[in-house]
Order: sequence, then structure tokens, then C-alpha cells
Amino acid sequence: MNATVDRMNAHENEAFLRHHFYTPDQQSSAAKLGMWLFLAQEVLFFSGLFMVYTAFRYFYPDAFLAAHEHLSIPLGATNTLILLTSSLTMALAVRSAQTDQIAKLRLSLVLTILLAAGFLVVKYFEYSHKIHAGLLPGSLFAPHGVESLPETAKLFFSLYFVLTGLHGIHVIAGIGVIGWAFHKAGSGIIGSHYYTPIENVGLYWHFVDIVWIFLFPLLYLVR
Amino acid sequence: MSTAVAETVSGGNGRQHEAAESYLSAGRGLRSWLTTLDHKRIGLMYLASILLFFFVGGMLAMGIRLELWTPAGELLDADMYNKFFTLHGAVMIFLFVIPGLPAALGNFVMPLMLGAKDVAFPRLNLFSYYLYCAGAVILLYTIISGGLDTGWTFYTPYSTTTDSSVVSAVSGAFVLGFSSILTGVNFIVTIHKMRAPGQGWYRLPLFVWSLYATAVMQILATPVLAITLLLLAVERTLHIGFFDPALGGDPVLFQHFFWFYSHPAVYIMIVPAFGIMSELITVHSRKNIFGYKAVALSSVAIAIIGFLVWGHHMFVSGQSEVASTLFSFLTFTVAVPTAIKIFSWVTTLYRGSISFTAPMLYALSFIFLFSIGGLTGLFLATLAIDVHLHDTYFVVGHFHYVMVGGNVIAFLGALHHWWPKMFGRKYNERLAAIAAALVFVGFNLTFFTQLVLGTRGMPRRYHSYLPEYTDLHQLSTVGSVILAVGLFLVGGYLLASLLKGERCSANPWGGVSLEWVASCPPSVHNFPGQPVVHGGPYQFEEIESSHAKVQA
Repeated sequence: MNATVDRMNAHENEAFLRHHFYTPDQQSSAAKLGMWLFLAQEVLFFSGLFMVYTAFRYFYPDAFLAAHEHLSIPLGATNTLILLTSSLTMALAVRSAQTDQIAKLRLSLVLTILLAAGFLVVKYFEYSHKIHAGLLPGSLFAPHGVESLPETAKLFFSLYFVLTGLHGIHVIAGIGVIGWAFHKAGSGIIGSHYYTPIENVGLYWHFVDIVWIFLFPLLYLVR
Repeated sequence: MSTAVAETVSGGNGRQHEAAESYLSAGRGLRSWLTTLDHKRIGLMYLASILLFFFVGGMLAMGIRLELWTPAGELLDADMYNKFFTLHGAVMIFLFVIPGLPAALGNFVMPLMLGAKDVAFPRLNLFSYYLYCAGAVILLYTIISGGLDTGWTFYTPYSTTTDSSVVSAVSGAFVLGFSSILTGVNFIVTIHKMRAPGQGWYRLPLFVWSLYATAVMQILATPVLAITLLLLAVERTLHIGFFDPALGGDPVLFQHFFWFYSHPAVYIMIVPAFGIMSELITVHSRKNIFGYKAVALSSVAIAIIGFLVWGHHMFVSGQSEVASTLFSFLTFTVAVPTAIKIFSWVTTLYRGSISFTAPMLYALSFIFLFSIGGLTGLFLATLAIDVHLHDTYFVVGHFHYVMVGGNVIAFLGALHHWWPKMFGRKYNERLAAIAAALVFVGFNLTFFTQLVLGTRGMPRRYHSYLPEYTDLHQLSTVGSVILAVGLFLVGGYLLASLLKGERCSANPWGGVSLEWVASCPPSVHNFPGQPVVHGGPYQFEEIESSHAKVQA
């Protein structure tokens, strides 16, 4: 019992420790478990859409094959490369935090944000091409300047926009939280003794990356 | 007495235990409530909100029952009737039943039971509450923007073609879903990381186990509803056609998606009620629970099997017979862990020192009503019988026996059980007994007649009916009035107890789980120091001493 009291008092001077936790370890493991659970719900969120994709790919394989020809594999591949690189810079950020290299940490976070923004720029060009060619979801679907597509191809483009749109929203949110991590990294609180916020932001960013790793083959590389 | 099972280490963190001021009086004014991070205050804010919506949903139900007094639809026309039962369902389910036990009572009690100062993420907890409020406002906006007439299930293709306000309703449910998910995340982390020293998994109060199982379902099922409702909203605005056969889609796909969430959702509603039952039965009969591990793990089993039975809502939708047979079989397996619980509660009562307090009266009601609710569920799980009973009042009766007879009765029992802990005041036991009797009689009169109506072929969701059903419908309406009187009586004496109820001790029922160690009402940080647990949550002193006598 006395040991318990000692455990509680030993960490009183640590500014990042919130009042309802007793030890930094308890706080950081709680935060990490919370992030994993949040990612579990994210997986289920996207898995619903993957089920819709599976159902319609099964119903209309030819339409999906014909429709995917209008996605640009070079642009998709570029974006895959960009996101994979951003996962590397994010991992380097966590590593820098663990080794007290705050300048490197901040640089890695800035690079990650720039890569995420690059992803969105490429996406912007892809979307403008689709809008220009009328390859849009639902009632907006009015293809012109492209060879004829089956009517059900619009289900493919609806899915394309819903899936990449939701993923894009996650990328934008990612830029926000990485920016928050950048701010936090400059406040002097982050270091080898406390880097949970950077780790958690990293977990989220890797998840966004992994979703794209599924989207790229499912949408661009249909065979 | 509590020293045998738990004690408090003084000193603690040292930073904030100067005064053991009650959480109710520490910080005054609306602002201190609206910005609070205290799980107890957030729990009470949820409680006030869900009771408001329980009232709204109840009034809509009274509208339905009054309309059904006569066979001809005189009071409400068909359109208005559709909007009434839709909003009754949506308000009760999304705004009362789902957040009721976990977010309101669980928030208040669970950290206390763990000997923790708060949930793991207090700010996220407050954020969940505001998401709940935002979702409620969006959902209720539906009423002034044309109402909603799809039923709470939002079935396609009707929901994509009706001109009522589907988008606002599903947006509200979407936001409410995320409130529920974040509460689930918070609770699982809290239960893993915030337990007091000495409190192993098998020393947790069973309410905590049930909240854990509930949180698993909240996290894994709700996002699928979120994406479904999002697709429905997009479908309505852009005519995408995922669920529209004319555009190459499949309406049954919507039903699969919807029930993948909504069947686990009914367990989100009932599993915390099971946990509450274990608390009420043990404390008010002074007995350790019979088969602790079986009761604890059966909650988890229900959570897991609950993900595999959604197809039993779709026996007549045209899904394959093989699928229907499998879903029927899996549905029967849910009865096993549920029966384990009922058996354990009854066995716990056997030779216990039962005191007929209000919480015990509700617990006994629960066993009776939930058994009917569960058994009628087996009728509906049987393929051939379901074809006959599908979309009749039998389904309505079954659902209400589980949701009201299960969830609401457990909620009322829990409210009485922890009321002294929340406010430090006693309520009037005599009035409470009368109210519990009124609720029991009124409830059975309302819904047992509906089970009979269903077997005689009365279809659900009609505002007019054939004259031969008149007597049973009128009985049901009389029952609903008795039920309403009972509920208003509960509201009346509970409010009165806040003003002039007798102040009570920290542990009026002689419970031994940690929430009874905290002062009454608890201080801001719950305990003067870190509690340490030395035994199980139901090791009552009387039992221990009688064992000692037997051994001597």
C-alpha cells in the first residue's frame, strides 16, 4: 500500500500528467489504446464501403472494368508513392521525438504535411478531369468526350467519389492533426520522456495511408 | 464493513484533495456545469437530457395509443400517424434507450466502481455529450422541416423517394452514432486502464462487465450504421442508385447494412440492463452472484453472437433460404447466454435476504418481463412462425417487452438504486412501490394485448383497423395510460426528494462495490485517495460472517 502512495507522489512534477492519472505510463497506454479503438471504428466505417464495392463489382464486373479505364494509373501510382513517403517521414518524426531531436521532429512533420498537401493537389487534377468528362456520381453522370460506357458505370464513379472523397476528408483531417502535433512539438513538452501525441498522430496517419493502399488497386488496377 | 473489501489510501496524488466538497456544490452556475469535465456531472446532464426525450417519445406514444382507441382513423390521418410512430421510434431509440444506460448511468457510476477519479478521457466525454446534443437538435429539426414517415428503420426504396425530411433525420442519427462510438472508446480504455489496485477483471462489478461488452458493440457496429446513413443521404441528394433497383442497385443491401448495426444495437440497449440487474439482485438480496464468471462472460458472448444474427430481420425479404436457416440457428444460440443470466439471477435470489425495496421490485419485474420478451424472440427466430408473425403487433409486443420490460425497467431500478448516491437524498419508498406496481400492471396490459393482437393478424403501422380488434386495442390504450401515470408518479416523488428528501448515509443499501465507499454525494475527485480492492464486489458482510459461523 505504501508502494502505491510512492508511485503516486513520484511524478507530481510532470506537467503533462493529467490529474486523473497516477503515472505517465498509465496515461500514455490509455491514450494509445484509445487511438487503436478509434482506428478500429474507422476500419468498420470504411469496411461498409468496401462491402458495397464488393457487391457491385460482383453484379457488374464488365461495367467496372470499362469504367476504371478512365482513371489514370500514373497519377494514382504517384499518389501511392507520395503517401508511402509521407508514412516514412511520419515514422521518422516519432523516432526523432523518442531521441529528443526536436528540430528533426518538426522538420519531419512539416515534410509529412507537404506530402499530404501534394497528394491533395494530384487528387485535384484527377477530380477536375472527371468533372470535365462528366464522369460524376448519380444524376450528375453525363459522360462526354469519352467512348460509350454502360449505364451501370455510374455506380463505379459514385463509389469512386464516395471512397476517395471520404479518404480525402481523412487526409485533410490528417493535415490538421499533424499541424497540431507540430505545434505541440514546439511547446517544449515533447521529448524522450513523453511522445504519445506524436505516436498517436502517427498511428492515425498510417491508417489513412493503409486505406489508400486498398483503394488504389480496387479502383485503379481492376482486371 | 467496507474495509473487508476495499479501503482508501490517504494522501493520493497530493495535488487536489484539499477539500472533500460534493461534486454538486463545487462550482456553481450554469457555466460550471456546461464546461465540466467531471464524469458525474456529465452523467447527470445526460440523465436530464434523456429524460426530456423519454417524455417527448412517450407523448408521441400516447398520441399513437389514443388514435388506436377507435377502428377508424379519426384523431390522426394516415400521414400524421406515420410521422408519429416514426418519431416515437427514432426519439426513443436514438435519444433515450441507446445513451440511457451507458452514457447517463454508466458515466456516473462506472468510474466510481473502478475507484477512479474520472473516465480516461474527460474532455472526450464532454465532447460526446455535446455531439449528443447536436445530434438531438438535428434529429428534432426533422419535426419542423416536414416530419419523417419512413419508420425508424429508414428502409429503402421508400426512404429515397418519400418527400419527408429523411436527410435531416439520418444526419442526426449519424452525429448521435459518433457520440455513442466515442463513449464506447472512452469506456473501454477506462475499464482497461483506470481500475483500482487489487481490482482484477473478476473483481469488477458486473455492471462494468456489461458496459465493456456494450462498448465493444458501440465501436464495431455503429460505424457501419454511420456509413449506411451517409450513403442513404447521398443517394437521396444525388440519386446514385446503390439501393435503387431501377438504377442497378439493391434495396436488400440497405437492409443488410442497417441490421448489421441495428441488431447489435438492440444488444447495446439491453446488455447494460443485464449488468444493472446483477447489481440490483445481489445488493438487495444480500447474496453473492451465482456464477460470477458465467454472468460476466455471457455478456461478452451476447456481444459476439449479436454480430452474426442480423439476417433474422429479413426472413421475408427474399434472402436465400440457406442464409435464413443459418441466421435462425444463430439467433437461437443467443438464448443460451441470456438464459444463463436469468438462471443466475433466480439462483442468486434463492435463500437470499430479499428486501422489497423499489430497486428489487424493478429487478423482479425485469425477470418476469424480460423472460416474456426473450421467449417471444424465439418464436420470431423460428422461420416458419416468423413468416406468419412478421410485421404484426407480435413483433411490436416482443420488441417492447425487451426494450421497455428490459431496458426501461432496469433503468428505473438503477435510477432508484443509485439515486441516493447521486443526490445524497432518499426517495419515498411507499410511493415508489405503488409506482412500480402501476408500471408493471400498465406495461403488461399495454403490450401483452399487442402480442395477442399480433397472433390474430393485426399488422403494425396502420392508423385504422378492422372492428374485431377494437377491444384489445382499447385494453392496450388503457394500459398505456396506467403506465404513464406510474411513470409520472416516479418523476413526481423523485423530484420531490431533491427538494425535501431525507439525507442519507454514504451506503444506504449496504453495497460493497467501490461506488458505495465514496461519500454521498461523492466529492469532486470521488475518493480522498486511491482505493485498494481486497475482494469481490458482492462479498456482503452478513454472508461472510454466516460462512464463518458454519465453519466454526
